[in-house]
Amino acid sequence: MGRYVARRLLQMIPVFLGSTLLVFAMMYALPGDPVRALAGEQAVDPTQIAEMKKELGLDLPLWHQYWNYLVNLFQGDFGTQIASGRPVADIISEAFPITVRLALFAFIFTVVVGISMGVFAGLKADTLRDRGLLVLTLLLISVPSFVLGFLGQYFFAFQLGWVDPNVSMEANADELILPAVVLGSLSLAYVARLTRTSVAENLRSDYMRTAVAKGLPRRRIIGVHLMRNSMIPVVTFLGTDLGALLGGAVVTEGIFNVKGVGSAVFDALRHREGATVVGIVTLIVIVYLVASLVVDLLYAVLDPRIRYA
Amino acid sequence: MTIIDKTADVPAPRGSNDESGPLLEVRDLHVEFHTRDGVAKAVNGVNYSVSAGETLAVLGESGSGKSVTAQAIMGILDMPPGHIPKGEILFRGQDMLKMSNEERRQIRGQKIAMIFQDALSSLNPVLSVGYQLGEMFRVHQGLSKKEAKAKSIALMDRVRIPAAKERVNDYPHQFSGGMRQRIMIAMALALEPDLIIADEPTTALDVTVQAQVMDLLAELQRDFNMGLILITHDLGVVADVADKIAVMYAGRIVETAPVHEIYKRPAHPYTKGLLESIPRLDQKGQELYAIKGLPPNLLHVPSGCAFNPRCTMAQDICRTEIPALRPVTEQDGTELVGRGSACHFWKETIHG
Repeated sequence: MGRYVARRLLQMIPVFLGSTLLVFAMMYALPGDPVRALAGEQAVDPTQIAEMKKELGLDLPLWHQYWNYLVNLFQGDFGTQIASGRPVADIISEAFPITVRLALFAFIFTVVVGISMGVFAGLKADTLRDRGLLVLTLLLISVPSFVLGFLGQYFFAFQLGWVDPNVSMEANADELILPAVVLGSLSLAYVARLTRTSVAENLRSDYMRTAVAKGLPRRRIIGVHLMRNSMIPVVTFLGTDLGALLGGAVVTEGIFNVKGVGSAVFDALRHREGATVVGIVTLIVIVYLVASLVVDLLYAVLDPRIRYA
Repeated sequence: MTIIDKTADVPAPRGSNDESGPLLEVRDLHVEFHTRDGVAKAVNGVNYSVSAGETLAVLGESGSGKSVTAQAIMGILDMPPGHIPKGEILFRGQDMLKMSNEERRQIRGQKIAMIFQDALSSLNPVLSVGYQLGEMFRVHQGLSKKEAKAKSIALMDRVRIPAAKERVNDYPHQFSGGMRQRIMIAMALALEPDLIIADEPTTALDVTVQAQVMDLLAELQRDFNMGLILITHDLGVVADVADKIAVMYAGRIVETAPVHEIYKRPAHPYTKGLLESIPRLDQKGQELYAIKGLPPNLLHVPSGCAFNPRCTMAQDICRTEIPALRPVTEQDGTELVGRGSACHFWKETIHG
């Protein structure tokens, strides 16, 4: 177990290097540059631009820039935004807590509602309520999140007036509920379907028959014997899903004006702020890797047949 | 009512309740499955009974309805598609089919327990065997986790699982096939039920282990004076353990008899065919007999005697009239106790 965790952690190093290099190279390859963007529409003396680039180290070849970035990163310096002059670390520490809160809300919504719906349908597979759930989830899967987001905004903010259309800078809990529901609805559909299939399948298994033959009460048969087994595939999905949610949501954050990681990345991309993009993406990659490691470990807890060596 | 209402804290002395009738009596039981292709008549009027300390072996091919009957007794049939249009299942004189779900649940595990064929799939893969055994005590007797675990270890010792104390927290996949089946037996035995139904308990095991498991089962049955319904298609297993035999074919009992008599003188062509298809050392080198044809499709059971298309003795009457299970007598008319045959030509089969 310990060896397994150590190996997985070590595996993160090449993934980390690879992903940063990839993002770095992509930023380098993009047309336009942040220094010129500073000037906007005005005509600027090319020598002035060249000088600024030299100052910022942007005239160096790609490998050298990447090297400098890594060296700074290991000293705890994520770099500085060119336009605003703010440290990238500040941007991240401002945006990340908001995204974490949004992601957790969305995650809780997904888990609670998705699993309940899945169990509800799976216990009575191929009945009306099961079919109804399948149609509903299909709808959620096929409708893009911006449609859902605008619809939610239209009904709950403009028509009913229950919430503000935009989330304030503080991103209070009550403001985040609607964005979280919109954000979580796609995963919700997947979780519900996964749970439903898993429950319906395990319901037919021999050990369920044994549990009934033992004279156990129904809630124990379902709650202990059925759920433990049915949750195994769902947990796998939920883990990667949590990783993805923590990576921020550009579209949903954009609709509700949530100042999270998604909108920070989007802004940085627009201004060609390479250091910001690479910093945030690196963080997302690490969060994702850690989340999938936790899932794999949890997997062994749920299913004793799985052993890590 | 005295039986069902009370969850016994202490093992009740055996046979304290009305000892007059048999422990379990199945009367004219019908079970059908409503499928997309039609109604499959799995059980068509089965009658049998078991008393305390008695072993009834129910014999038959796959699809003969022997497992379905057992599941109906346990109340673990999937309904729907399963459906019981007719019949009674009397446990200590009370019809279980008329009981509420809760009353039946109280009987399951405590009064009637079941051992399944494939212990690997029948045990929950993600719960330790100690947990699964202990569950019986925790749910039915309200014991604490600790007490339940101690009882589980004692149970595992009882069915002779070596190093029970160390293995109580292991999972089913960590045990061998024979050990797993012992765990199944231990689980059925946990609350010292009055009746155990063993549905092909040794089919998934290899031959040497089969004998051990059967011996264990027989021994425990003697010790606890339980009734045992042994469902099997293995005639060899039956001979050593059973007191009486019921042979099933296409959802009906075609022959009943005390165990040793059936080997000597079968009174139904189907039983005869089964016995002749056992390989025998004294007939080495000869071709082994096999009953021709296939078991009937339960959606379209042949008219008359269901066995008629495969029967060597079939006459016209066999194709039109369903033979009832009639008592079998000696040639001079003296009754043979416990014997019955559902064949129009039982006389010819047993005496001719």
